[in-house]
Amino acid sequence: MPKLRSLLAGVFAPALVVASLLSVPAMAQEDAMPREKWSFEKLFGTFDLAAAQRGFQIYSGVCSNCHSLKLLHYRDLSGIGLEPEQIKAVAAGFTVPLGTDDQGNPKEGPATPASAFRSPFANDKAARVANNGALPPDLSLIVNAREGGANYVYGILTGYVPAPAAFKMQDGLYYNKMYPGHQIGMPQPLQDGTVEYTDGTGTSLDQEAHDVVTFLSWAANPETVERKQIGVRVVLFLVFMTGLTYAVKRKVWSNVHH
Amino acid sequence: MAGLTKSEFANPVINWIDTRLPIFTMMQKEYGVFPTPKNFNYFWNFGALAMVNLVIMIVTGIFLAMNYQPNTELAFDSVQHIMRDVNYGWLIRYVHQNGASMFFIVTYIHIFRGLYYGSYKAPRELLWMLGVVILLLMMATAFMGYVLPWGQMSYWGATVITNLFSAFPVVGPKIVTLLWGGFSVDNPTLNRFFALHYLMPFVLVGVIFLHVAALHITGSNNPLGIDVKTPQDTLPFHPYYTIKDSVGICVFLIVLSALVFFAPNYLGDPNNFIPANPLVTPADIVPEWYFLPYYAILRSVPNKLLGVCMMFGSLMVLFVLPWLDTSRVRSARFRPVYRPLIFVWVLAVILLGICGAHKPEGVWVILSRVCTVYYYLHFLVILPILGKLERPLPLPESISHPVLGGRGGGPLPGGALAKLMEKA
Amino acid sequence: MADSSAVTHHAPSGDVTKRDLLQLILTAGAAVGVGAIAWPLIDSMNPSKDVLALSSVDVDLAPVVEGQGITIVWQGKPIFVRHRTPAEIKSAQDVALNDLIEPQADSARVKAGHDQWIVLIGICTHLGCVPLGNKPSDPRGEWGGWFCPCHGSQYDTSGRVRHGPAPLNLYLPPYAFESDTKIKVG
Repeated sequence: MPKLRSLLAGVFAPALVVASLLSVPAMAQEDAMPREKWSFEKLFGTFDLAAAQRGFQIYSGVCSNCHSLKLLHYRDLSGIGLEPEQIKAVAAGFTVPLGTDDQGNPKEGPATPASAFRSPFANDKAARVANNGALPPDLSLIVNAREGGANYVYGILTGYVPAPAAFKMQDGLYYNKMYPGHQIGMPQPLQDGTVEYTDGTGTSLDQEAHDVVTFLSWAANPETVERKQIGVRVVLFLVFMTGLTYAVKRKVWSNVHH
Repeated sequence: MAGLTKSEFANPVINWIDTRLPIFTMMQKEYGVFPTPKNFNYFWNFGALAMVNLVIMIVTGIFLAMNYQPNTELAFDSVQHIMRDVNYGWLIRYVHQNGASMFFIVTYIHIFRGLYYGSYKAPRELLWMLGVVILLLMMATAFMGYVLPWGQMSYWGATVITNLFSAFPVVGPKIVTLLWGGFSVDNPTLNRFFALHYLMPFVLVGVIFLHVAALHITGSNNPLGIDVKTPQDTLPFHPYYTIKDSVGICVFLIVLSALVFFAPNYLGDPNNFIPANPLVTPADIVPEWYFLPYYAILRSVPNKLLGVCMMFGSLMVLFVLPWLDTSRVRSARFRPVYRPLIFVWVLAVILLGICGAHKPEGVWVILSRVCTVYYYLHFLVILPILGKLERPLPLPESISHPVLGGRGGGPLPGGALAKLMEKA
Repeated sequence: MADSSAVTHHAPSGDVTKRDLLQLILTAGAAVGVGAIAWPLIDSMNPSKDVLALSSVDVDLAPVVEGQGITIVWQGKPIFVRHRTPAEIKSAQDVALNDLIEPQADSARVKAGHDQWIVLIGICTHLGCVPLGNKPSDPRGEWGGWFCPCHGSQYDTSGRVRHGPAPLNLYLPPYAFESDTKIKVG
């Protein structure tokens, strides 16, 4: 039946070619997406804990003035390698709401490891009022919530360039080559030397952006390392079981005459 | 006749139970010695795989439900609570999330198997129709389950899909209000979707029981599509097919694990990491991949009501497939024209899926229309006529003597795939 | 019926042994697999990280006058804090240990130097009801402590069981005095 085969090939091949041609323009648009090397994106990769800790420093010092990280608790910081004592000290540095006092009034006090991260604004409305009408998104899942993930967030942080001469900017917005539509409500948050690292790492914009994105990637997927470690064991076990099952299958079927 | 029958099990406990309630005798009959065609290839694994998959979904679902909050204020955060704080919560949730995708992969292959080898033909029409009911229930369950995390795609998926019903004249809007329990997708909607999402799998179990019961009346089809004639054509289900299904289950678990542990969000959408916002629709809203072909059919029709009808019709047509296909030969192996055409149909469905993932602009509209037309053409025109015109190859005498017809060289890639699956 | 198929069931015995061994390993592997699947599911029902991390509770003792008690919540459980009168302290200290169902000295149940404060988990050791006695209007039982309405257990002013069916004294939560008028439970 070679005729049929060629008929089928005749239908499939052009269709696949057409389909792949059609998807080319879609890919071309993503050329602007940076392609950073992330320790955690490799198959068995883990988080660069030092980078994540520096990233936490940037989040605390810079991002957290506007952006919440609602899904995180101070206790979670053990995931980027902080010791219980360090976590206690970090938490104690923040003032968070602690329910009500005995008179029924809202109470505030130093955070404990069990507290959720302090949010900069009481609610979305307050956040908008303070930010020229724009709502700074919660960053807990930002890396997962954007097409392009870590690279996209890195691209935003490093994407502040002067607007092209012909580009018409609206008041109160900033030009960012990564942002869809290029007009973003957030002024450039990081520059060379915005922070000072205690471990002597350089503070170029690229380094800072890389560190804070590492931190945010951990914040979005704190289970990553454990997941991959368990995954390796599970897959190896299953491969072993497949071989074993197949061997038994061959044995069982060995006396069947096809 | 009521009354006790003597059980033949040696173990006294089993014997005692079996005499009073012969479940062991039944299991022995239906899964022990059950005569099964000896020439199954690995395509015949997928029914068992779907069953295993359903069990995985039900078990993980029950444990998720222990920590999930079906309330618009709490749903999103409760899912993240599962992911972050519940012991192994991330594992259970990722298995459930990717298990849904695996369920559709497995079921779609199972359906393709039925189409390719003519498993829907007499006397298995009712078995096939029950299968279509299972597919519909699965889709409803998956749709409602996707709403529960209450992300942006959850919310807008729910809005768009429930709004499909508004296409029907007069009663449409009333139906939509009823589905919502309000005037938009909101807390009552989420709450009832959770209740139904928990219920439906058990309805599924019931229909699957009927599906399997019907299967055990007619017996299984086989790659040759000819009837079992002598005991030489069959093998007892255990151990031959229990062990063969086990091989499939292991491979299935490897694929599922690869997704869960190394690419858990590969099939997901970034927008669903943003909490539902009834005031902002995401720029590019698409359903989960397993709904994309139907979504493309819906969008390929410019008229709202007609589009909805075409979409539902694409599934309804499967109910009457046993009567649309007029050929009496089951297996595509002996149908030289049907065999390539079923792959063309599969190609049309895949292209529809690709169309469904793109914005309905330019070439995608044209392509989706062509494919939609072909989808229907295949069932409504080609199959009825083909059965009358096609000259099937000579059929083998029996399963144990598949000499006469021979296998014939299969067209690529399906033939090669089928052969590969037969080899082991 | 099916057994009469083309299969020969009399394979050489050496072959059967090998097959049996393989099947044994397979069964063992499957058992390990099922266990490995079951554990995460079971463990997911254990307290989650947020529950385990639940912070301690600070209690201000200043407003609690002598003879009064307050009830606070820690880990979802009622914690009784009572400011005992000198008479109550004395009665608690003077009991002969032999008279007790679960002998324990009062000094072992309060923090040294803070004899007037008794802090207890307010859950009857019988079947988990919350005993009465922390409000002035409550019945306090024959020994002036707490009285469980469910099955009539009675506790003295040190929270020790004096009358069954409860088998044990009321449990003590972990707590510490941060100052003379402030404790931290947990």
